[in-house]
Amino acid sequence: MKYFVLLAGYGEMRTWDELTPEEQEAGIARHVAFGEACAARDGVEIVSAEALGDGSSATTLRTRGGQMTVTDGPFAEAAEHIGGYYLLDAPDLDTVIELCRILPAYDIDIRPVIDTP
Amino acid sequence: MSLLVARTRRLDLVEDALAEAFARAAERWPLDGMPANPEAWLYTSARRLVIGRLRSEAVAGRKAPLLAVRPDWSPPDDDGDRLPDERLHLILLCCHPALAPESRSALALRLVIGTSTDEIARLFLVPTPTMAARLTRAKKKIATAGIPLGAPVADELTVRLDEVCRTIYLAFTAGYTPGSGADLLRPDLAGEAVRLATVLRQLCPAATQVRALWALLVLQHSRRDARVLDGRLVTLAEQDRTRWRQDEIEAGLVALGTLDQAEGYSEELRLQAAIAAEHVRVPHASDTDWPRIADVYRRLELLTGSPVVGLNRAVAVAESEGAEAGLAVLAGLDASLRTHHRFAAVCGDLAHRAGDLDLAAASYRTAIELAGNDVERAHLRERLADVESAGG
Repeated sequence: MKYFVLLAGYGEMRTWDELTPEEQEAGIARHVAFGEACAARDGVEIVSAEALGDGSSATTLRTRGGQMTVTDGPFAEAAEHIGGYYLLDAPDLDTVIELCRILPAYDIDIRPVIDTP
Repeated sequence: MSLLVARTRRLDLVEDALAEAFARAAERWPLDGMPANPEAWLYTSARRLVIGRLRSEAVAGRKAPLLAVRPDWSPPDDDGDRLPDERLHLILLCCHPALAPESRSALALRLVIGTSTDEIARLFLVPTPTMAARLTRAKKKIATAGIPLGAPVADELTVRLDEVCRTIYLAFTAGYTPGSGADLLRPDLAGEAVRLATVLRQLCPAATQVRALWALLVLQHSRRDARVLDGRLVTLAEQDRTRWRQDEIEAGLVALGTLDQAEGYSEELRLQAAIAAEHVRVPHASDTDWPRIADVYRRLELLTGSPVVGLNRAVAVAESEGAEAGLAVLAGLDASLRTHHRFAAVCGDLAHRAGDLDLAAASYRTAIELAGNDVERAHLRERLADVESAGG
């Protein structure tokens, strides 16, 4: 199965910009460790992964009554702290949860990807 | 069932298919004769039904791609690091933390024990349609989120044991709660729960909540042969104590004796086991140490804040200090309990003993209205008749 792992918020951590260079380095080290753990695990593969620009860089499109409007984003306050994502191929949810423990302590949303034939 | 779920991860389909397979068996077996291996027959016909259903879903899926849920055919990794009991796998799956807490125990009861949705709804004090929707959501989540059927890693197992213990205890309680309709007790269902608890204890011998659960269940279950006589419920005080299983009582007391004061759910189970132990360790009902039981209920009420525990404390206080003292405890309990038939029944008993016949009669009438079980209703009607004749 494919899983979309959304790094949805910073939880108890400060946002990336507020971290000291050492803390940022430690954070990056955890992402590296996560990548290594995924590579080492049977049946797990990182299909794609990106860090995203912060909420202030977001543009929101909405279509209402057939009319599309373009506004400053993000679409919801909660989405302001989305930091990035991983798209993983993994055998099941427990494997994904176990691997995510390696990442920095983000608030994470895990969604299964639905196959569109 | 576990086997089919492991293959397809589609609890919803497997459950329906098994029901269908049983229905077909009921039609065919009397005509064709019993197959040599009934379980294999059921498995095979259920599997065919699941496959058929998945195929038609796949077709529907191509027509409406965005709404389709992928039927996942990849068999889960079987790396040997699995628990020996299939039903426990299923219970761990049902108790997965990614499922809504209010769904877990209900799902395990439905799928592991086979309790009806009606019955589960009654146990959880919600309407049947609410419970049915809850179960459907949970089954769907298991399939779409890819929650695996199998043993969690060691750390996770510890975290998930509390929820598993709750599930097993609820299943056990369902067996000894007179249900709706004419069914009285189902000690076989409680026995299944004991079996699960025993397996769990073998797997996790150091886990305090599991040990406390086992002690509690074994002590309670030791009285099963004395609970019903001639189709009637027998109260604890009136039970024939020679029919209690002494070997089980001893084993339960030994297990309880090894437990120290703990916290959280472990302590809750330990206190309940301590209460059960007080009842079964004395040879006559008149020897029961009610002040001690009332005290343990008080600690349990502080720990859990449960109004049902308060109800039991009221009974224990009435036994040790008199019916008026028990009624005073009842008066202080949470109002949510007043629509529960047991509250009304207890209130009727205590009022009867305290000599308040009007309150007793009114309470019994309320209890008769609220009771979901024929046998219990009949029992309540008798008590109401006693009160009415005493009132002259």
